[in-house]
Amino acid sequence: MLAAKVVMDQGIHVEGINFFTGFCVESHTHAIRAREGGAPKRNNALWVAEQLGIRLHVIDVIEEYKQVLLHPKHGYGQHLNPCLDCKTFMVRKALAWGFMAERGFDFIVTGEVLGQRPKSQRKAAMPMIARESGADDRLLRPLCARILPPTLPEREGWVDREALFGFHGRNRKPQIELAQRLGFSEWAQPAGGCCFLTNAHYSRKLTDLWTAQGRKDYELDDIMLLKVGRHIRPAPHFKLIVSREAGENRYLEGYRKRFPSLRPTSHLGPLCLVDGQTAPSDLALAARIVARYSQGREAAAVTVAAEDPNGECRELTVAPLAPAELPPAWHV
Amino acid sequence: MSEPNPVATLNAQGLLCPMPVIKVQERIADLRPGTVLEVLATDPGALADVPAWCRVHGHEVIESVQDGREIRIRIKVN
Ligand code: SF4
Repeated sequence: MLAAKVVMDQGIHVEGINFFTGFCVESHTHAIRAREGGAPKRNNALWVAEQLGIRLHVIDVIEEYKQVLLHPKHGYGQHLNPCLDCKTFMVRKALAWGFMAERGFDFIVTGEVLGQRPKSQRKAAMPMIARESGADDRLLRPLCARILPPTLPEREGWVDREALFGFHGRNRKPQIELAQRLGFSEWAQPAGGCCFLTNAHYSRKLTDLWTAQGRKDYELDDIMLLKVGRHIRPAPHFKLIVSREAGENRYLEGYRKRFPSLRPTSHLGPLCLVDGQTAPSDLALAARIVARYSQGREAAAVTVAAEDPNGECRELTVAPLAPAELPPAWHV
Repeated sequence: MSEPNPVATLNAQGLLCPMPVIKVQERIADLRPGTVLEVLATDPGALADVPAWCRVHGHEVIESVQDGREIRIRIKVN
């Protein structure tokens, strides 16, 4: 947001690109969670574009992003975040998008700050992203340009290097001051990273998915489901996804034709999907787990309806699992 | 009398945001100015995101209604 504004203030025409990888914290998660009593959350990228008065192009890169996440050349960050490869990929995509003949953009602007993030913004990473993306000196980072070698737009005089910045390190104070100076009272800046891949718990669930599948791969539905519900794996061959609230319940409903599902009928309780191959004894255990999260958790018996993806349904009456019978290690 | 605007439709039901926005963007790229695009969606996020996308691209939302789970947004392409 700041980087775009700094360049716009020099009279440059800027348009925004927002890539949707499937792991974005924004949007989907808000869409899934129940909204009773609350307005839908805004889409931050669109909000920023409106503040700046620029066009924003939202681009679906779900399929292409798989290669980035599954085989990152530079490895992962603290969790499953392939930030270096991810940034290179996005700059490359922006380049391909913006330099198409009919669009005719001249350079790319990012909001990176040298040394702000441990791996992907360290000194050696900056030229690496520029080089490997193919953008080379057409990649301008207005917030730290003054401490990097001059780029094409600076050398050509399209932008005035002297009016750019030399921010570095983790201290965000200079950026906050700049935001105030530019008149932004609210400033959308993802503090904990822009995606679920920087989240320890999410990364653990993704690793568990790959282990259970026996291969590193995913479909959009897989990674969406990792954002929803409690994931409980009582055995290597099956996992339960137990909804935690009404919005998740509604969302999981949409998967009842793909997965066997369980739902308490004698008491109020969550919808649960069963992912994997289950024997009858597994299903009975699954029903006891679901009963444990129902309002009948203290009851002697809870009736649970088990439905196949083809709609065939039967009822199981089970004793809810006692808390002590559910080992913490089952929680993925 | 002027010709009525041609109407195009887009079914984005079952898609979660930002997919409805992406689909609207892709569809509008192929439509002539003056066309009305009728979008059907189910994610309430579309009620905020689709009009926001239209505002930054200069398209006009002429109607936006929610009827139970169903959302209908009519956009005049500019
Ligand atoms: S936090 Fe996520 S989206 Fe951002 S650079 Fe890293 S991997 Fe990419």
